[in-house]
Parts: sequence; C-alpha cells; structure tokens
Amino acid sequence: MPTSYYLVISAMLFTIGVLGVLVRRNAIIIFMCVEMMLNAANLAFVAAARDLKLMSGQVFVFFVMTVAAAEVAVGLAIIVALFRNRATIDVDEVNLLKY
Amino acid sequence: MPLYLIVLFPLLGFIINGLLGARLKKPLPGIIATAAVLASFVVALLNVLRLASLPEDARRITETAYTWMSVGDFRVDVSFLLDQLSSVMILVITGIGFLIHLYSVGYMQDDHNDPEGRLYARYFGWLNLFIAFMSVLVLADNYLLMFVGWEGVGLCSYFLIGYWFKREDAAEASKKAFIMNRIGDFAFLLGMMLLFVSTGTLKYFGDSGAAGNATQGVLDVARSNAGAFSAVGLAGLGGITLITLLLFIGAAGKSAQIPLYTWLPDAMAGPTPVSALIHAATMVTAGVYMCARSAALFELAPETRLIIIVVGALTALFAGLTALAHNDIKKVLAYSTVSQLGFMFMGIGAGAYIAAIFHVFTHAFFKACLFLGAGSVIHALHGEQDMRKMGGLKAKMKATNITFMLSGLALAGAAPFAGFFSKDEIIAGVWNYSGEYNSIYKIIALVGLVTAFITALYTGRQYAQVFEGKARDEHLHDHAHESPSVMTVPLWLLAIGACFAGLLGLPHLPGVPNLHAFTDWLTPVFSVQADASHAAAGTGSHNPGATLMLLLVGAVIGWAGWFMGRSMGTRQGERAVLPASTHNLSLDAVYNATFARGGLALSAALRWIDDNIVDGIVNGIGGFFGQVSSALRLTQTSFVRNYALGMAVGAAVIIALFIINR
Repeated sequence: MPTSYYLVISAMLFTIGVLGVLVRRNAIIIFMCVEMMLNAANLAFVAAARDLKLMSGQVFVFFVMTVAAAEVAVGLAIIVALFRNRATIDVDEVNLLKY
Repeated sequence: MPLYLIVLFPLLGFIINGLLGARLKKPLPGIIATAAVLASFVVALLNVLRLASLPEDARRITETAYTWMSVGDFRVDVSFLLDQLSSVMILVITGIGFLIHLYSVGYMQDDHNDPEGRLYARYFGWLNLFIAFMSVLVLADNYLLMFVGWEGVGLCSYFLIGYWFKREDAAEASKKAFIMNRIGDFAFLLGMMLLFVSTGTLKYFGDSGAAGNATQGVLDVARSNAGAFSAVGLAGLGGITLITLLLFIGAAGKSAQIPLYTWLPDAMAGPTPVSALIHAATMVTAGVYMCARSAALFELAPETRLIIIVVGALTALFAGLTALAHNDIKKVLAYSTVSQLGFMFMGIGAGAYIAAIFHVFTHAFFKACLFLGAGSVIHALHGEQDMRKMGGLKAKMKATNITFMLSGLALAGAAPFAGFFSKDEIIAGVWNYSGEYNSIYKIIALVGLVTAFITALYTGRQYAQVFEGKARDEHLHDHAHESPSVMTVPLWLLAIGACFAGLLGLPHLPGVPNLHAFTDWLTPVFSVQADASHAAAGTGSHNPGATLMLLLVGAVIGWAGWFMGRSMGTRQGERAVLPASTHNLSLDAVYNATFARGGLALSAALRWIDDNIVDGIVNGIGGFFGQVSSALRLTQTSFVRNYALGMAVGAAVIIALFIINR
C-alpha cells in the first residue's frame, strides 16, 4: 500500500481530533480527542519511517506513547480534581481566569 | 624638614577636629588648630631659611611627594616648589594664618549664633583645611596642583562664609561666592588646557637634567620659545593673549575684580576672622599670586596687560567710592579689599610684579589687622556692625583703637607706614612703564593717585566714626569692653607688621637707606624673563625724579585724606557720604536682570519642553501600550476552546507559510 494512504488516514484522524477539541465541552471527550491527535501523529511517524527506511521514526513513536501515558495520568488527575471542586467537567463552566 | 609637612600639619588638624572635634571641649579644638598652623609656620620658616642659604641663582627647592597621574606623555606629580615667590606667600599664609587662628580662639568662644558650641570644632577644622589648601596652592610646582589648591580654598571659603548656615544671608552669600568663583575657575581651566596643548606640560619649570635629558616647563617655554603659543590663537586673538586673558579671568574671579567682584562684599556674612584670613589676607590674593607666577606668560601679552591694568584701576576706583558710601563696618573693609586688589592688578598690568607681591604682603598685615580690629569692635558691641551706632570707643577699647589706627594709617598710605611704600611702588611702576600703550598707563597712574586719596578718605572716616566723637548709641557704648588678650595680642603683632613691613622694600632712590630686602629677594624670579625696562619698572629705579615726586605726592594725599576723612567721619556721623545707589555699582541689579532673569526664562522654556515634549514622548509610549493591551486583554475569554482555536489557526498559518515558501 502506498504511504500516502497512511498519511491521508493520519490527517483525517488529526483533523477529527482538532475539531473534537474545539467543539466539545466535556473534558473527557476533549481529552480523548487529544489522544487521537497524538495517535494520528504516531501513524504519520511510522508511515514515513517505513517509507524512508529509517528507524528513528519508529523510535519517536515510543517516545510519544510514553509521554502520552504520562500526560494521561496528569490530565485525568486534573479532571478528577476539577470535578471534586466544581462538580462538573464542562470546560465552559471553568471560566474564572479571564480579563 | 620636608615641604609637605607644611600641608600635612593643618590637614592633620582638620582630620582631628573633623572626626573628634564634637567630643572635645571648648577651646581644645581651637588650640589644636592653632598649634597645627604654628607647626606649619615653623616648618615653612625653616625651609625659607634653607632656601636663603642657597646661592642666589639656585634658590629653588623642589620635592616630589608622588606621581598623581600619568597618561601617555601627560604626567602630573604632587610635588612642591619653594622659590622666592612662594616663600613670601607661604610665610604670609602660615604666619598671619596662625595669628588669626589665635584670635579666633577668643572670638569664637562666645558665639551668639551658636550658643551650644556645636559648630565650634567645625569652624577650626575648616580653617585648618583652608590653610592646607592655600599652602598647596602656593607650593604647587604645576598649574594642575595649583588648581587643586585653588578649588580647595574656594570650597573652604564656601564652608566658612556659610558657617552660620541657619542665617539666610550667610547661606545665600556662600552660594553666591561659590558660583561666581566657578565662572573664573572655568576660564582658568580653559587657559590651562591651552597651555598644555601648546607646551605639552603643566609644570612651571622643567628639570635641568643631563644634556639631552632636560625638560622644559611652561614658563621655560615662554622664555625661550614664545612662538609655541601661536598655535592656539582664536578669532584674531593671538594664542598667548587668549591664554593670559583666560588666566586673568580666573584670577579676577578669585580676587574679586570687575565684573566678578560682587561675591566678596556678601562674603562678609561669615565670621570676622574668616573675612580677615580668607577674604582679605590670603585667598583673594591667590589671583595676584597666579598672575605673578605666570609673569613670563604675561610679559608676552601686552594687550592682556592693558586689559588687566584698566580692569584693576576701574575696580580700585569704584570699589573705593563704594567703600565711602557704606555704613557697615565690615562692608567698608570688604570694598576696601576689592579696591586694594585692584591696585595689585594694576601692578601686574604694569609688569611691576614685585610691587604687586609687595602690596599683597603689606596688605595682608594691615587689612587682617583692620578686620580683626573690626571683629573686636563687633565682639564688644554684641554683634552690632552699623558704624552709625558706634563712636567714642577710643577710651573703652585702647588696644583695638591703637592697632586699628596704625593699620588704618597703613591702608591710607600715610608715610611711613607699610601701605605707603607698597602702594606708591605700584603707582610708580605704572607711571614709569615704558612699553606699548604708554600714554594710557600715565592716565592709569593718575587714577591710582586719586584712588589712593579716596582710600585715605574712607579709612579716616571709618576710624573717626567708630572710635572718635561721642557715643551715638549709649546703650551699646555702656556695654562695650576691651577684648581678651588672646585677641589683642594678634592685633598688636599685626599692627607692628603694618607699621614696619614697608621697611623691607624701600624704593631704590639715592639717599634712601639701603633697605630693599624684599625687592632684592624677589628680583631673580622676575628679572630673568622681563627685559630691562620692566625689571626697572618693578623697582621704579630708572626714573628717580618721577618716583620721588610720586612718593611726595603719595605721602601728602595719604595724610591729607586721612585727616579729611576723620573730620568727615566725626562731622557726618549719621549721614551717608554718597547716595546709597552707589552701594555696589548696581552690578547686582544688572546681574539679576540679565543672568538671573535670563536663567529663569531659559529654565522656564526648558521646563515647558520637558513637560510637553520629553514627557509627551515618554507618556505617549506608555499610553500607547496601555491602549493596545487593554484592547488585547479582551481576547482572554477563559474559554479553553478559544485558546485551542488560536493555537490551531496559528499552527495552520505556519504550515501554510512553510508550504508557500518551500
């Protein structure tokens, strides 16, 4: 299969992720969309690595997954803390820091 | 004894009094200060004796303390030079300085402006510092070190005029003195720079090392290579004329000549011994000393000397007239000092440097004595300075009366007191001048005679108004008392000087006793550079007929003026002799109208620029950013989605740019 197919899939996933982050209000959903964007990037990495016959792209994916795991831990912790304080995870309700 | 000790002793006194003085009891600070100056005088005397023991053509002691700065070819040492000229000055400074310190111990004992005596040690500290700086001024072997002393004495003068700083007139007068001196100092500094540009050194004399190793000082260059100065000429003025004019402006500031003299009468707001020491005997003669020291330069510039002699004569005449109009005992003496300084500059202008220095020497005695006598009167009358309220003090204050009369006669130029010989020598020098502009000098000499008469007039009037006649204020008169002996002893010593100092320099005339020590001593300093006619003008010997005539005329007008002044003083005790408008030539008013008003207008204009343009720019920048950021603030909506959108759009734009510019 040509590499461009993988890249198209990756771009679609990324775009869906961005749109999800921008339009949804539920923090968990936004969070999932962020993960989707990360995995779109991962897909682009491995596709390009295979195409160019380089290992570094593959290695990067591991790094991204590691960082994503750490980020999930922190992000979920924030969401839990938010829920405990405000009894909601709607990001539009969390609007104290503004002009 | 090394020369630097002369400077060191008073400096130590200043440090002790400055650091510990507040803990010492009256009159200990005064005694320390007096002892310091006495030590300095002894060292100076020993060194002058050492100088005198040298052969006549080698009388020059130079001692280098350390190198002050050395930049490329430019090198300035802190080194001291004792030759015939500086030896006269240093003896006057430390000797008369010592007597005035001694007098101050008595005078400042009960200071009604400072009853708790908090300032007492400060007074003596500053007086000591003044002696130290004044010694540096006259002992320096280069112009820059002289300038250090020059500025230092100006600073001490500022401190001491404003000694009673709680009195507004004293504070104002000290500022005025300092600022007016700055004008002169600025010119002096410029002249010094031009000297350096044209000769490459600031030392007076070079070292006469081994052949090829010898260096030349400024004055050596002036004697051997007068063309060196032509390079710095400006706008039609020859280089040497420009340099000497700048030096003279400097001297005019320090020595209170027209148009920079108005600070000196105001300086009388300081304590009276300060007026005697700084504003009569020593500091104000620094300008005369500087010109005499630079005689080799002034010899090259007849135009400058013409200006000097005209300025000196005008100053002498008008200050003398002003002294006649005043009723404040110290103001009369202050204007008299200005007038006598004018005489000294007449001597400089005529190339009669020895006569000028001789007048500095005698003037130091009799004017210090007059000031201290006036101080004694003021002391006795509890601060009263108005001569219209005095009178009849003769019987009450015997010592003050006699010493005041003797030194007054010396000032009046009555023969055979000191002032007669020195003043007459100057007038004779001016009359016998035989260079360019000859006829103007003759007129100046006549102006000098008129001024001498006026001098005698106001001195006689002052003496009569203070000591003779009947008491015009009974209350003051009843409480008057003679001052303690710590004050009268200096008076007596100075009065002796006022009587006999003139005998050191009798004119060179046939039949006159061979008493020319002063002239003989100083001749080597000036004769090497002046041509024969000037050397003769210095002593007035080449025209004995005219000199004799002038002597006789001088003697007559001295005594005549004195007696006329006395009758004037007793007769018109209360009335002013001249209208009050002559008080100071209205020069203060002129300065107020031009410089002060002009300065205010200028600063108002500058303030407008500052308020509107400078502040406008600064505040405008601040305001601009304030506006922009309050507009941009609105983007902080607190909606995370907005921020994310910003990031997404930003990333998209960057990627788009990369693609376009690929």
